[in-house]
Amino acid sequence: MAETAELPAARGALDAGERFRPYQMIFKAQLRAQMSYRMSFWIDVIGGVAISTMDLATVLVIFNVTSVLGGFGFRDAFFMSAIASLAFSGADLVVGSIDQLRLNIRTGQLDSMLVRPLRLLPQLVSADVELRRAGRILEGVVVLAVAAGIAHVPWSVASAVLIVLAPIAGSVLFSALFITTATVAFWWIDSGEFGNGFTYGGRDFTNYPMTVYGQVFRRMFAVGLGFAFVAYYPALTMLRRRDPLGLPPWTGWLSLVVASIACLVATTVWRVGVRHYRSTGS
Amino acid sequence: MTGVIEAHELRKEFTVTEKAGRLRRRRRTVAAVDGIDLVVEPGEMVGYIGPNGAGKSTTLKMLTGVLTPSGGSVTVCGLKPVVQRTRLARRIGVVFGQRSQLWWDLPLRDSFELLRHVYRVPAVDHAARLADCRSMLDLGEFESTPVRQLSLGQRMRGEITAALLHRPEVLFLDEPTIGLDVVSKQAVRAFLTAIGTAGDTTLVLTTHDLADIERLCPRLVVIDHGLIVHDGTLAALHARYQSRRRVVVDLDTPIGDGTGMDAVRAALGELGDGVTLDEVSADGLRLEFGLRDGASAGSLVAGVAAVASLRDLAVIEPDIEDVVARLYQR
Repeated sequence: MAETAELPAARGALDAGERFRPYQMIFKAQLRAQMSYRMSFWIDVIGGVAISTMDLATVLVIFNVTSVLGGFGFRDAFFMSAIASLAFSGADLVVGSIDQLRLNIRTGQLDSMLVRPLRLLPQLVSADVELRRAGRILEGVVVLAVAAGIAHVPWSVASAVLIVLAPIAGSVLFSALFITTATVAFWWIDSGEFGNGFTYGGRDFTNYPMTVYGQVFRRMFAVGLGFAFVAYYPALTMLRRRDPLGLPPWTGWLSLVVASIACLVATTVWRVGVRHYRSTGS
Repeated sequence: MTGVIEAHELRKEFTVTEKAGRLRRRRRTVAAVDGIDLVVEPGEMVGYIGPNGAGKSTTLKMLTGVLTPSGGSVTVCGLKPVVQRTRLARRIGVVFGQRSQLWWDLPLRDSFELLRHVYRVPAVDHAARLADCRSMLDLGEFESTPVRQLSLGQRMRGEITAALLHRPEVLFLDEPTIGLDVVSKQAVRAFLTAIGTAGDTTLVLTTHDLADIERLCPRLVVIDHGLIVHDGTLAALHARYQSRRRVVVDLDTPIGDGTGMDAVRAALGELGDGVTLDEVSADGLRLEFGLRDGASAGSLVAGVAAVASLRDLAVIEPDIEDVVARLYQR
């Protein structure tokens, strides 16, 4: 019993850095593994950048046929798209591979992870972060800077803070969504592309001003899933524009609250999911 | 509590949905593990066997914290597996024959180094343990090969090493010899024997290969349909299910159905109930007898030799596979 008495003290002695270290090592190992397929790595980096460029290009195409979209001109709409795109790329980089959970359950790899002395979610994330998606972050930051310039964002300390926080909060919201929808696999192994409907669908939804959607749609996704708080409201707050839907000008700051709530929901659903894990075969 | 593993009335139920008609579906609850009691003392080597779907892997997954039990209680090293999963993980080692703890695209050596950080093993202890495993399992020749390029036998040796580097108190092995060639099987068995007999590691292994059990495990737990049907030594299992030694006799001339056979039966009659004629094959050239309750093979052979001319004979010791096969069929 002497050993168990020592344990709490030993745990307390571990500083945060040391606690994080195993995940860091796993991440690095994953990186080395990815780099062992060098050609495919670079093809994916280029492919990823191409895809997010296409997303932004759709906004350009739409404004080719109309000059106003849901009451907003190109400059404002493009600014919203840029925030949404960066937010999504961030989430996609960190937890985008979480839909691999299905595969990990199917192959039984999850069993191997569960018998290690590490938390499951950070383990999955650090083992699956795909650096090949990092190219899109870089692109997203550049595009956001350009979009902010075009939109003539009135600069102040507040808008400077929000332009950094909004994509982060949006990333957190999308990450929570990635995790929540991936969790479905614990109950339903053949969940297929179910989660993508919400995540990639969410990316497309946030790409445009919320005013373009009908009321039912807006209530369900913009408010219900919090998509309006990814880009639309932060953009309005930064641009100091009145919300045609009637919410006050500081609503953009609520993104942080919405992101925190989403986080809470995601971690709760995740915990319940792990308890319901059924494993497969032998 | 004294046992390093204590399970009481441990249950795991799954809900399965099956088709009942075109659109309707029926939900049914199936007990994969239907209330088992198991106490394993520190240092024991326990073989856990049963047919496919009997609940072996499910039990192991509940003991290691992978699956949440539906009912009953379980502790391993005094910890509750699911609730205290990460704490327990430091004190147990797990080898799933069909899963991997290794990093697929990295050299084996890198996986070991990573696991040192995962389990926070001091570098000196880690190196010492690894050196032991290296020499006993001949890891040296393939340590720098990416795991994906290893043969199954090499990978399994790597897996076992990976599970032992943090000096676990209990080592769980789920079908560690599955798919291995004879040489690799022997290497794995010899190594596990060494680990087990050293006495500081408790070994629990599931297997389909009964030779594993015969070589490794003094204690045998048989599970069928989620219930433990035998828990004891191999000898106790033989005694309980009246395993028979078999005597196979080849004759010079075929024995007919008539007088020859009558003479054999008469000879058997004098030997008592312990001897039975089980089979006549090869057109009457081969006779197979079963012996139990200490019946003598010598007097059987003498009895048969008196009425027929023997060409060859063999005495076959009871085979654990037969016993278990009969156990499963009940």
